[in-house]
Amino acid sequence: MTATIRLQQEPFDAAAEARALTHGRTDIGAVVTFTGICRGDENGEPIAGLTLEHYPGMAEAEIGRHVEAAERRWSLRGVTVIHRHGRITPGEDIVLVVTASSHRHDAFAAAEFLMDYLKTRAPFWKRVERATGGAVTGSWVDAKSSDDAAAGRWSKKPGHNQAAE
Amino acid sequence: MKVLYFAWVRERIGKPEEDVTPPASVATVGDLIAWLSGRGEGYAHAFENPRVIRAAIDRAHVRPDAAIAGAREIAFFPPMTGG
Repeated sequence: MTATIRLQQEPFDAAAEARALTHGRTDIGAVVTFTGICRGDENGEPIAGLTLEHYPGMAEAEIGRHVEAAERRWSLRGVTVIHRHGRITPGEDIVLVVTASSHRHDAFAAAEFLMDYLKTRAPFWKRVERATGGAVTGSWVDAKSSDDAAAGRWSKKPGHNQAAE
Repeated sequence: MKVLYFAWVRERIGKPEEDVTPPASVATVGDLIAWLSGRGEGYAHAFENPRVIRAAIDRAHVRPDAAIAGAREIAFFPPMTGG
């Protein structure tokens, strides 16, 4: 399987990444492309932008571990994960997950699995800049329990207790 | 060993990383959090609620009861908010 993991400050081209994954291949029947985009509000309040801090070295390693887990779980032909860091403004892309498989189920499921784990296990932290009344104030985004629940459902197996992570 | 701090843990402590030499009685990640908390106001503030602190040893997630013996790099950070 082709696996590409990149962390970068620069924007990415989702369509080009999906094309690169399938170019010249006849064994791929399905490609799922997920792009996470910076919204213009956080908890209903407008934001000027956000800054993504990450743990260099661990971020790549942790994403790599989840790509390997996805590969063990589904029949995949290729995976590309790109996560941006640094300052990002509303409307800009933050994260890209591309999964390719012979049949659609594997690509859909693996893309969702990877995103759920990226949100809760990959060492990135968002700090938002609020633009209210001309003054810019910053605050760290709180982790959402709904994201933990989304990641937790992948470890539920019939007849087994849910894994603690 | 090298200790790294990220996001608001880094801001409260006031530095991104440092080398520390804890006493032999500091055996686990949880022990290290308690020991670091005694190093000053910023540390105490960063670790005031140890339940929310996440930790990694040599770039892999660990739980508070993980042993720190042999660790080269230990990182402390808030719950992650990437994606």
